[in-house]
Amino acid sequence: MSAVLNLVRRGYYADSVALMRVSRGVAGLAGVEAASLMIGSPSNLALLRESQLLAADSASAKPDDLVIAVRAKSAAAARAALVEAGRLLEARPARAEGGFPRSRGFAAAAAALPEANLALISVPGAFATAEARRALESGLHVMMFSDNVPVADEVALKRLALAKGLLMMGPDCGTSIIGGAPLAFANAVPRGDVGIISASGTGLQEVSSLLARAGRGVSQAIGVGGRDLKDAVGGLMSLAALDALDADPATRHIVIISKPPSAKVATKLLARVGRSRKPVTVCLLGARGAKLPRNAGFASTLLAAAERAAGKRIRAVRNTPVAARKGWIRGLFCGGTLCAEAQLVLQEAGLEVVSNAPVPGARESGGKAPGHVLLDLGDDKYTQGRPHPMIDPELRNQMLAEALADPRIGVVLLDVVIGYGAHADPAGLVAAEMRRARRSGVLVVASVTGTEDDPQVYRRQVASLREAGLLVAGSNAEAAEAAAASPAPTSATRSARRAGR
Amino acid sequence: MPAKSPAALFASAPRVLNIGLEGFATELAARGVAVSQLDWRPPAGGNPELADLLARLARHGKRIGKANAEGLRRMLAAEPVLLDVVPAGKAMPGLKDRVLLHSGPPVTWQRMCGPMQGAIAGAIVFEGWAKDLIAAAKLAASGGVKFHPNHHFGAVGPMTGITTRSMPVMVVENRAKGAGNRAYCMINEGLGKVMRFGANDASVLERIGWLRDEFGPALGAALRAMGGLELSPLIARGLAMGDEMHQRNVACSALVLRALAPHLAKSCRSQEAAARAFAFIGGNEQFFLNIGMAMGKSVMDPVRDIEACSLVAAMCRNGTDFGVRVSGTGDRWFIAPVEMPQGMYFPGYSERDANPDMGDSTIMETVGLGAFAMAAAPAVAGFVGAGSASDAVAFTRAMAGITIARNAKWAIPSLDMEGVPAGIDVRLVVESGVQPAINTGIAHRKPGIGQVGAGIARAPLGCFEQGLVAFAATLGVLT
Repeated sequence: MSAVLNLVRRGYYADSVALMRVSRGVAGLAGVEAASLMIGSPSNLALLRESQLLAADSASAKPDDLVIAVRAKSAAAARAALVEAGRLLEARPARAEGGFPRSRGFAAAAAALPEANLALISVPGAFATAEARRALESGLHVMMFSDNVPVADEVALKRLALAKGLLMMGPDCGTSIIGGAPLAFANAVPRGDVGIISASGTGLQEVSSLLARAGRGVSQAIGVGGRDLKDAVGGLMSLAALDALDADPATRHIVIISKPPSAKVATKLLARVGRSRKPVTVCLLGARGAKLPRNAGFASTLLAAAERAAGKRIRAVRNTPVAARKGWIRGLFCGGTLCAEAQLVLQEAGLEVVSNAPVPGARESGGKAPGHVLLDLGDDKYTQGRPHPMIDPELRNQMLAEALADPRIGVVLLDVVIGYGAHADPAGLVAAEMRRARRSGVLVVASVTGTEDDPQVYRRQVASLREAGLLVAGSNAEAAEAAAASPAPTSATRSARRAGR
Repeated sequence: MPAKSPAALFASAPRVLNIGLEGFATELAARGVAVSQLDWRPPAGGNPELADLLARLARHGKRIGKANAEGLRRMLAAEPVLLDVVPAGKAMPGLKDRVLLHSGPPVTWQRMCGPMQGAIAGAIVFEGWAKDLIAAAKLAASGGVKFHPNHHFGAVGPMTGITTRSMPVMVVENRAKGAGNRAYCMINEGLGKVMRFGANDASVLERIGWLRDEFGPALGAALRAMGGLELSPLIARGLAMGDEMHQRNVACSALVLRALAPHLAKSCRSQEAAARAFAFIGGNEQFFLNIGMAMGKSVMDPVRDIEACSLVAAMCRNGTDFGVRVSGTGDRWFIAPVEMPQGMYFPGYSERDANPDMGDSTIMETVGLGAFAMAAAPAVAGFVGAGSASDAVAFTRAMAGITIARNAKWAIPSLDMEGVPAGIDVRLVVESGVQPAINTGIAHRKPGIGQVGAGIARAPLGCFEQGLVAFAATLGVLT
């Protein structure tokens, strides 16, 4: 037998829409068969009667009263529903914390934030050019996360941006920090006086994170996209970014990070660096022999670049590697530039390096080759049909398990990149994999790129790795140094050639 | 927009238009960065032919822009005045014996939805063309009466929109220079069991009889005595008082009653008749809807048939099909099946009872009111979802993405007096895939029952895609 309960609130008005919403909420409660909140007009009372929701208490309800009517499986359920109805009536719909307008169509989205000054574009590459052009034409700076954009489009977009005095960061720009706000894959870095121009996403992350952990900060970090310093693009945006940082009063030191540019672009870039009134640190990983202007200094690693910009030593007291079995070094990197930096460090230590993304002097080969193989797992070959390993490190963990079980391998070298956009707990995944693996005697060396203020928290990530038995270095360069210092297999040839300086 | 240099960007925090991955917007917003998310989709729903058509149509951008500016000028220049109430047959000479006008684009009896058939049966009995509802349905099915859309007679009607010669219609004249056109709409019957929702019992016909014999003539006389009622300023006030004029007409209905009262008091035959008239208007929060609809029709009719104009001149639905007219393609209807409204239901009813979307009341959205003016009426936003005022704002802003201008005459206080979005451009609808939203009542799918809820409907994209193809063809741009 159903229980019908009514409650009349005298002189209570609420919009009928609000009442219908509460009605729906109450009708969905356990044990409730039907529920309705209505103003007590004769027609509404008739409607309630027809729906077998009217109880005797409501006979006297007037049009300026609210009738809360429920029919439930039991009297207890009906009473509970009346209480809940009262609660729902008082609850005001709240705008979700951190909410933002969503629109379809550029015009509507722009209208929803008329003061917008930057477009962050992450649509498929085939459509990205049109979106960027429209954003630039609308007076917005652009950061383009999208890749697979034809280089001709990149040049056209950057020229359009320059003509309009705007920044065109990207395509394939994963990281920037503008006005203190980390964009896309970036770390929570305090504001400071170091301005960064980077053609490398993880390079920018490593340098800005090292600065942050050394108590320094970043004024602006401008990603320009991986191809900006190639001949086809000619450094268009790096040069514009130099202009912007030169003019920026908050920037007192400029760091430029890239893979080695062509000689022609390098000449143009360094000439522009020479005209800057600010000290500049040039970190062109793997470049040699360039003549630098007086206000500039060269950094051979990301760590050296951060130290030079900070004006102090960041490097920790040298780690003593734990005893390891003899064997090859296997590097498994999520960050392409971290992979390059590690190759350079191993070369510097006199080791011959193999990589799918070789720096000058390294041999190009895939993962199965013998020797010290350092793999960039963000390479297209590994990201076909799966997310980038910074977002989903599953592939890297598989390869870690294989390396731990491979008797030829003595050292595994890893990067753990945290920050916005990255996996919620990459160190935890590595640690879990280490616990699953049989204790094989392989030395696993890692570093964490990130800061204490990142969502994953630097300290926690490091602790998680150490608990799992990893050797955690203070930077990617130091991790590579530790790997290089461990005993190599007897069959490994020590290169007589000293790389670099 | 603010100064555009990198220095300006550095000096202030970035305010981000995020085009693509929503995760970026979520993280930015969580860190307090102002962000607007563009839920990106490939243009024209990824349809390469339509995307290509839009791209090629860009060659005629200037010409279309000029034609659209003229269409918009006519819309914004309109001066609608509620003049009179007269029998429909007198207002529309073409509305002869045994002719029924219905809402939406043309439709045959066989394809009509239940409420439409129910209302028609009721109207046939009301006109005395058949003795009862069963005989009326037989007459209608056998071709004994003719059906035409209201739109073909300068008229509009809510929901079923049934109009016959002896029903009283309100007359709105557009007094703008060069216009002078008139539009008509039945008097709103009130809530509950009413013909516009397909109800047709004796009480329904009795009420229409009273409108014809007592209320309509008194209202007409009152309007004549006051020299007509200017509607555009009245709507401006209504927007400031929380109406969007489709789902919510509380303020406008009250404003009309206030203006009418001294004249209506005199024009009614007796104190009792006056009491009935006042009670009728005062008891019907949607009384203004039908006035607003005639107003909308009078504003939009001058926008019809302008060469190279891509503005939408009419949107309407008959419970079976949705119809759209584009200015540059004249009086052609572009038709697609109506969609189901998403809404809230009166107790005892659910989606299962709902009739598909119906009525000429979409003329309100066509002029920029209704769902387009949702930001003015946060109380209506509950139909959208969470029901917060910011949701209402988002609705209006989204609709602004498919219109070419704002109507400064009709300003929304909560948007710093920005005007309602005006001038739906068929190109923008197809490119963005944003379907015009419509605030609507929901009828029971069976005839004779009436309203069972209210909610939001969407204009089907198919109408606009066909309209775009036909429009492009008028400019020599072929698929």
